[in-house]
Amino acid sequence: MTIVKHELRQSRLPFWIWTGAIGFMLAVCIFLFPEMKNQMDELNEAFASMGSFTAAFGMDRLNFGTLLGYYAIECGNVLGLGGAFFAALCAAGSLSKEERDRTAEFLLTHPISRRRVVSEKLLAVLAQVTALNVVIYLLALASIAIVGEEIPWKVVNLLHLAYYLCQLALAGICFGISAFARKGSVGIGLGVAILAYMLNLLSNITDSVKFLKYVTPFGWCDGAEIVEKGCLDGGKLAVGAALCAAGILLAYWHYTKKDIHCA
Amino acid sequence: MEAIQTVGLTKYYGKARGIVGLDLQVEQGEYFGFIGPNGAGKSTTIRTLLGLISPSSGSAQVLGLDVRKDKEAILARVGYLPSEAAFWSGMKVREVLRLSAELRKADCAAEAERLCQRLQLDQTRKVDELSFGNRKKVAIVCALQSCPELLILDEPTGGLDPLMQHEFFDILRERNEAGATIFLSSHVLSEIQRNCRRAAVIREGRVIACDRVEALAKTNAKRITVRGRIDLEGLEDVRDLTVRENGLSFLYGGEIKPLLRRLAEGEVEDFSAAEPDLEEIFLHYYEKGGEEA
Repeated sequence: MTIVKHELRQSRLPFWIWTGAIGFMLAVCIFLFPEMKNQMDELNEAFASMGSFTAAFGMDRLNFGTLLGYYAIECGNVLGLGGAFFAALCAAGSLSKEERDRTAEFLLTHPISRRRVVSEKLLAVLAQVTALNVVIYLLALASIAIVGEEIPWKVVNLLHLAYYLCQLALAGICFGISAFARKGSVGIGLGVAILAYMLNLLSNITDSVKFLKYVTPFGWCDGAEIVEKGCLDGGKLAVGAALCAAGILLAYWHYTKKDIHCA
Repeated sequence: MEAIQTVGLTKYYGKARGIVGLDLQVEQGEYFGFIGPNGAGKSTTIRTLLGLISPSSGSAQVLGLDVRKDKEAILARVGYLPSEAAFWSGMKVREVLRLSAELRKADCAAEAERLCQRLQLDQTRKVDELSFGNRKKVAIVCALQSCPELLILDEPTGGLDPLMQHEFFDILRERNEAGATIFLSSHVLSEIQRNCRRAAVIREGRVIACDRVEALAKTNAKRITVRGRIDLEGLEDVRDLTVRENGLSFLYGGEIKPLLRRLAEGEVEDFSAAEPDLEEIFLHYYEKGGEEA
């Protein structure tokens, strides 16, 4: 576990910056809810006139006047996008940064197999994504309790689980890419996360590209759908799990035999 | 048993040549030099031996183990000093040394302390704040602290001041006397000449000479310096020609009679024929025809 510990020590600062920023934004949104609730009639009217923008964020199917509806949309925007960025960046840089920063030569000339390097780095990504989600989850629950609202346990748990799984899927895909990349991991990570998010927005706007919900991990994070059905879509999760597994397997396959760039 | 043995070791990066058909044998306990100019294939050879890159063809064994199949077992017994040491930003020297020891599953604290004292390396400093030379010292301690059987050193003295170079080679000599094999890759000939018993010269990915250092330093070529003018047209094996206002100087590897004839025919005030110095021999190996030296 030497590499896991080393990775976690190296990633302390970005981890706390991302966790702090997402947690702060989510708490602020929750603290705004009591005030928003009183202006809900005007807000619902305003959202109704926004056409496909409303549909893109699922606001046509959720009642913004309830904590459930409000949280499903806000959680989606803050934790969904923020968490996805963090997971994608963390995974995309995991293997590639050693070659980019020229530390690969040092690391891989110690008696440690490439397979173990990949495994421990993967564990470190998993640990960071999990820790971020646990902290955000607890912070969200505390914030809801502080504003005096009843916690809608089932939906909150499902939403957080959906976003956690979405982040894991994105992390798996980006981890696979990381084994191939030497430079530009930040761009790759952000690109994958934004692409996945945009595909979901598109699939919300028009029925003709509804299938995209199966392509993007954000497809199973639709707050409106989770509130309506009270469960996650197993089919979409299975596709996401397959994409995640493919990324990880690709990372093992390529990294264990690739030539390491040292100069 | 050989510490290093390669047979027809070849590495191509796509179409670009790395090393071609490299045959090398380094005995255990040897202090072996590996000489060549930049881009000759020294680092490619070393990285192949360490499993950082896979050979395109041929075979290589380190301490009797196959570089493809027994990578971890090899690395557990080898200390490696890269030509340019890079570490993770924000780490202190002490943390880097501890990480290296942990990756080797060894307690190297006492040896690390001894080496740091000898190399005057402050363990409390952050690696980002260190000069190139001090970062090199960190890499040296990482390579040596586990007391490995084989030390592979790639351009080890870059950035070290002369005093530190002296101390470093003292440490290597002690390790070699204690039984460690040392494989020293360098383009600084004096380092090889002072320290190594045998050496191989690599040029354009191929070993062009491998022998005792004294034997390598012997050559038929002479440094000819002439005050005056002579016609060199048609003379064979004239290299490194320098023409000055009042004369010329060149390395001559051809037969002596044609040269004497040209000297007699020319307007020569004075001339000398001397053994070339080691740097010149080094150049001689690098130029076309070096194999015949």
